[in-house]
Amino acid sequence: MKSWLTTTDHKRIALLYLGTMTLFFTLGGLLATVIRVELATAASDLVTAETYNRLFTLHGVIMVFFFLIPSIPTFLGNYLLPLMLGAPDLAFPRLNLASWYVFVAGGLLTLTAMIAGGLDTGWTFYTPYSTTFSDSHVVLAVLGVFLAGLSSVFTGINFIVTTHRLRAPGLTWMRLPLFVWSLYATSLILVLATPVLAMTLLLVAIERGLQIGIFDPEVGGSPLLFQHFFWFYSHPAVYIMILPGMGVISELIPCFSRNRPFGYEFVAASSLAIAVFGFLVWGHHMFVAGQSYFASVVFSFLSFAVAVPSGVKVFSWLGTMHRGSVWLTTPMIYALGFVALFTIGGGTGLALAMLAVDVHLHDTYFVVAHFHTIMVGGMLMAYLGGLHFWWPKISGRLYSERWGRIAAYILLIGFLLTFLPQFLLGTQGLPRRTASYPPEYQFLQGLSSAGATILAVGYVLPGIYLLASLVRGRPAGDNPWGATGLEWQTTSPPPPHNFAAPPVVTDDPYDYPRAPQPTAIGAGHV
Amino acid sequence: MTLLAMPFEVLPAAASATSGAVDLVVFLVFAVIGLVSLGVLLAMVVLVVRNRRRPGNLTGRGHDPATIWKTELGWCALTAVVFLCLFTLGAVTFDRIERVPTGPDVLDVAVTAKRWMWSFQHPSGRRELSQLHVPAGRVVRLHLSSEDVIHSFYVPAFRLKQDVVPGWLRTAWFRATAPGTYALACAEYCGTEHALMRADVVVMEPHVYDHWLAQGDDPRPPLAAAGRALFQKLDCGACHETRLRRRAPPLEGLYGRPVTLRDGSSVLADDDYLRRSILRPDADIVADYQGGVMPTYAGLVDDDELLLLVAYIRSLADAEGVSP
Ligand code: HEM
Ligand SMILES: [Cu+2]
Repeated sequence: MKSWLTTTDHKRIALLYLGTMTLFFTLGGLLATVIRVELATAASDLVTAETYNRLFTLHGVIMVFFFLIPSIPTFLGNYLLPLMLGAPDLAFPRLNLASWYVFVAGGLLTLTAMIAGGLDTGWTFYTPYSTTFSDSHVVLAVLGVFLAGLSSVFTGINFIVTTHRLRAPGLTWMRLPLFVWSLYATSLILVLATPVLAMTLLLVAIERGLQIGIFDPEVGGSPLLFQHFFWFYSHPAVYIMILPGMGVISELIPCFSRNRPFGYEFVAASSLAIAVFGFLVWGHHMFVAGQSYFASVVFSFLSFAVAVPSGVKVFSWLGTMHRGSVWLTTPMIYALGFVALFTIGGGTGLALAMLAVDVHLHDTYFVVAHFHTIMVGGMLMAYLGGLHFWWPKISGRLYSERWGRIAAYILLIGFLLTFLPQFLLGTQGLPRRTASYPPEYQFLQGLSSAGATILAVGYVLPGIYLLASLVRGRPAGDNPWGATGLEWQTTSPPPPHNFAAPPVVTDDPYDYPRAPQPTAIGAGHV
Repeated sequence: MTLLAMPFEVLPAAASATSGAVDLVVFLVFAVIGLVSLGVLLAMVVLVVRNRRRPGNLTGRGHDPATIWKTELGWCALTAVVFLCLFTLGAVTFDRIERVPTGPDVLDVAVTAKRWMWSFQHPSGRRELSQLHVPAGRVVRLHLSSEDVIHSFYVPAFRLKQDVVPGWLRTAWFRATAPGTYALACAEYCGTEHALMRADVVVMEPHVYDHWLAQGDDPRPPLAAAGRALFQKLDCGACHETRLRRRAPPLEGLYGRPVTLRDGSSVLADDDYLRRSILRPDADIVADYQGGVMPTYAGLVDDDELLLLVAYIRSLADAEGVSP
């Protein structure tokens, strides 16, 4: 126990994060369950409206700040970055451990807020509701999120320095795995954008206590200023959530197509382009908030610009499968699910970026469906895909491939059933964040709740068979998928300092034509 | 068929002069999304089936770098062109739905949002709560203010949404095309009863509307008249009345016009400009006038009284005032 709590081994810290985030994800999921049960009927009957508002707020805060943002970087990134670079650890191992403690402290503060009575501002903390009108625990929650942000700044700095300084001999920038490129781009956003969120949240806390007139119009402040600050962080934050997921997919598809990535340079450059452009589009959340007409037009235009590099990714993933040898394993099912759902999610994002369309759809269920398609459909698929792909490396065991495939398909079906109806609820004009709704929306809401039960099964299953594999799984061997990449050249799980002898890199990272053939179950046949 | 059509109707029946244009854009972009998504899905199925791992196809066959560059760049160009078209379409339509029409026939309604209800004041002085009666076929110009948090005025059937932000006076408009009752909902989360912050927009045939208007036994005077009385009571005319023009700018014909400020910039005299000028006169100083002359009326007039003053100044605009 003590050796875990004082460890500076990046692999152990990654597992600490995995454990913590799984708890948060479970909590967020339980909150979502109550929300979906409440919404199964039109009236507000299971819980009061007041409770409902607290439920969706905490669901959002926990999922966004304590799961989606840290998930892939702090678990898979932490575990894999040094391995992929051929390094013994991250550049600052103790900072890495500190970031986990800060993260836990932030989580505990937020949980305290929840137990003390909750928070009802929505994860967006819009003013002047949060500064003046809400009588829930805004300050506590804001401090919790502040700490979570601080911890991700630590992680971002650590990743950037590690990528610059600790690459194995011969590992030039253009030989970096695409996952590393995406982590690098993500870290840049983490370091540059998070301080703005931190500052904004502190200002909210100060405004709440002292009423000095920053955001509250009663005392001369501007609620729109808050929205600018908030989205200046939170739009880039959506890329913090999705870029690492894209990076995972860019590893899975080459491996299970036994092919080099199509357009490596394009995929790597698009990560950076997304990171940069992502800073320039925040105003697309404010088209009807009263920003100037000119600003709206510019933000709409730039939002379309950011979609070009996203399109490059999709094109390149498909290109990689072209002339490939496609092997439909569990991770690959997740990867393909990601590609499909990211396309739908990104496409609906484009609809929202169209000014005239957003006037109708803003703040309706359509927006809810849009971002859940990308974050639950896309990002979570990538997370699970990555978890399954690297599980044999991390645990040293093979999980049940059959159950893996079943769970992946259940998740896909559950997802579609839960969120496709919400697009229609939005186009039909149902505002989001409502505890009750007029009866004409009953049918689609019910469908969505039914889908959510299937989705829940899909989440529980991997928990079961992955844990079971720890006991009953066959040993994985060093490289069960026959993957390239330095992490597969060491044992599973890797020893404390990763490599018996420091690896030397002499070639590009995806030499699949010459990679060893897979040794996992089913490798020989299809 | 109706059973199927009901829950899956994509957009609520269109009921305003602009909803048709918006719907066209919506269907266009949905068609693009649908086509692209289907294309990607189809491509994946074909690739998975045709290239599946099997004896004789155990490794990929790689790609020719020249092909990669050509197709990637071609793809970027293609998406960029499609996106540019979508952007333009969205922006042009937006321009059309945002530009507030003017003219003698415009009906001005003051809307106040307050947790968790909507109230309306007609030019005649008549007030109503949670119901807004308007005639079909006439432009209704809304002047929206909030007494507490941010709300959002959303009528799905009109494809109209405008956030109502405390501290600002926003303008929005619609022209209803068909009599009927349409839902108005608050779209911006505003606290406990946000879900119930709904009202009805009742659109009536013009003659029915006239009848409705005449029926009102509300003793309150018309807004502009009440505003004028207040204007006199506060003695605003001491400076703003015509013969004393040198101390303060005239207010006739002001509403909806651009105003040149002392620093050379120009602002539009819309609702919010008027409100700001009453509460914080020195925020914008009109060219050729002195700052520090007009006292602030913050604390002296409440939100309701502000609406009256603004309604009065609006009534001073001549008929062809440009839109705010
Ligand atoms: C092609 C790329 C994308 C475009 C053009 C796009 C566009 C938009 C637009 C215009 C909105 C505002 C809608 C409104 O409030 O009316 C929005 C909301 C949102 N998007 Fe996206 N989006 C894209 C990708 C993403 C990605 C990758 C994520 C997450 C990983 C994401 C997450 C969100 C979230 C969380 C919101 C709503 C936030 C809230 O109000 O609570 N989007 N998106
Ligand atoms: Cu955004």
